[in-house]
Amino acid sequence: MIDLIVTPFLDFAFMRRALLGCIAISIGATPIGVFLMLRRMSLTGDAMAHAILPGAAVGFLVSGLSLGAMTIGGLIAGMAVALLSGFVTRMTALKEDASMAAFYLISLAGGVLIISVNGNSVDLLHVLFGTVLALNDDALILLCSITTITWFALAVLFRPLVLECADPQFLASVSQLSAITHFGFLALVVLNLVAGFQALGTLMSVGLMILPAAAARFWATGIAGMISVAILVAVASSITGLLLSYHASLPTGPAIILVAGALYAASVIVGPQGSLMARYLPRPHLQS
Amino acid sequence: MNRRILLGLTTAIAILPLSAFAQDKLPVVASFSILGDMVAEVGGERVTVTTLVGPDGDAHVYEPTPADAQTVAAAQVVFVNGLGFEGWLDRLIEASEYKGTIAVATEGVTALKMAEEGHDHAEGEEHDHAEEAGHDHGGTDPHAWQSIGNARIYVSNIAQALIAADPEGEAIYSANATAYLAELSAVDAEIQAAIASLPEARRSVVTSHDAFGYFAAAYGMTFHAPEGQSTEAEPSAADVAALITQMKAEAIPAVFVENITDSRLLEQITSETGAKIGGTLFSDALSGPDGPAGTYIAMMRHNVATLTAALKE
Repeated sequence: MIDLIVTPFLDFAFMRRALLGCIAISIGATPIGVFLMLRRMSLTGDAMAHAILPGAAVGFLVSGLSLGAMTIGGLIAGMAVALLSGFVTRMTALKEDASMAAFYLISLAGGVLIISVNGNSVDLLHVLFGTVLALNDDALILLCSITTITWFALAVLFRPLVLECADPQFLASVSQLSAITHFGFLALVVLNLVAGFQALGTLMSVGLMILPAAAARFWATGIAGMISVAILVAVASSITGLLLSYHASLPTGPAIILVAGALYAASVIVGPQGSLMARYLPRPHLQS
Repeated sequence: MNRRILLGLTTAIAILPLSAFAQDKLPVVASFSILGDMVAEVGGERVTVTTLVGPDGDAHVYEPTPADAQTVAAAQVVFVNGLGFEGWLDRLIEASEYKGTIAVATEGVTALKMAEEGHDHAEGEEHDHAEEAGHDHGGTDPHAWQSIGNARIYVSNIAQALIAADPEGEAIYSANATAYLAELSAVDAEIQAAIASLPEARRSVVTSHDAFGYFAAAYGMTFHAPEGQSTEAEPSAADVAALITQMKAEAIPAVFVENITDSRLLEQITSETGAKIGGTLFSDALSGPDGPAGTYIAMMRHNVATLTAALKE
């Protein structure tokens, strides 16, 4: 049993790298996912992942498979969409979901256009889907740095973020920090998605951000508790997914996300907080 | 005034069929750059070849454009590789309402199965997912042009299709085909000699996707790849691990990147096994005209030169 779990990582450097990369994403992205969930912005993660695409595509076209160019391109495109949609939300009558949707769709269409017009080199979707089995040193350093930055930024933003989750009107009325918190948080979302697309691809990395957070909702009530459970779920999914891919010969990215999905499904059913069982199968009172 | 117009009109009418005649090259379409080059060699001056998937493009996952549909609709003959290589082409031909001839270049080629000769993996486990990867093409390997023996069949098929579509050009097509076939035979002999000069133990290499099955079978080399025959599938950790184990066991000296695929995975594999990157092989597409593989013959020569340079001790 130990052999089945440990040997792949001992024998192959690419497995250790994949594991480190996934753990970095798990620790960095899941707290972001928890806040997204609490602010009812879970779908924003998906929207932002699409918004990154044109930037990464332009980066790829300018300088090939360069980590730096694609990361910077993705960051610029993601931040542009975050800022523009935030600006429209705060300054006009349009609500956040609609303005976000509008800008990410424009961005996505731009990305597809750029890819198709120049689509005769290496298939860009392959590039954008990344592969967790091919993480080189630069990619690992980037992943770990972004996770570190995320935690420092969260440490600074934690209190206003929690307030913004609980009562955004109150925060806006007592402090100037509301806008800064909002944009800072969106910047962190973009940063983590850009990190994730190196390893899992833009779309899969959203999975590792949102699914563990959604699962954690059924196990803990406090924010700290939820973040802890979410990280545990994400790390467990990463390890299990990698091992599944190794032993059962399955593609790695989907394997990891599907394990996270299975853990989410289990949580929906048996979790102690607000799950199906907790609500509809109340434990019989013990009779003495 | 009236006269002038009349004169102009008459001249125009008189010139029209003439200019149409001057333009009267046979418009044909080839699905990808390698096939396009062969068609151009056989067709010579009498045809205009349009290639749908251009140089360095990946024909496995191509997304056709409306312009492609127009090109196909206007063509007299459409040349395809067949063997499930261009999965997107059937829909394109249907959508463009093309009614002309579809010439399948691999007609008469002995198709290789994925897990056959040239892929003699040591472990039985390997065969399982090798077959899985082949499912995209119904279990056959479409990269038949990688052996010059097959390229000769391609050329005969192309010549036949062109003669059927344009019987007046028969003499020209036949002459072109004969000359081209002779050239191919010479290159074939060159490749045989080059591979024969390599020591037996150093005829095993790794590439990014399984495109060299026919080359392997024809010239006695062994190719391994983490991706299957189609570039669409994502490799699993098991595939990569099996490849690394095998490379270590057989002391495979070099890996080669391809012009159409993502090279990051191979770079990671080399760093783990100590094999070196031997260069770029052209598998499914030519380079641009100024590149090292502007034509099919240049491509085969380039691939063999790259292989032998890296594998010589």
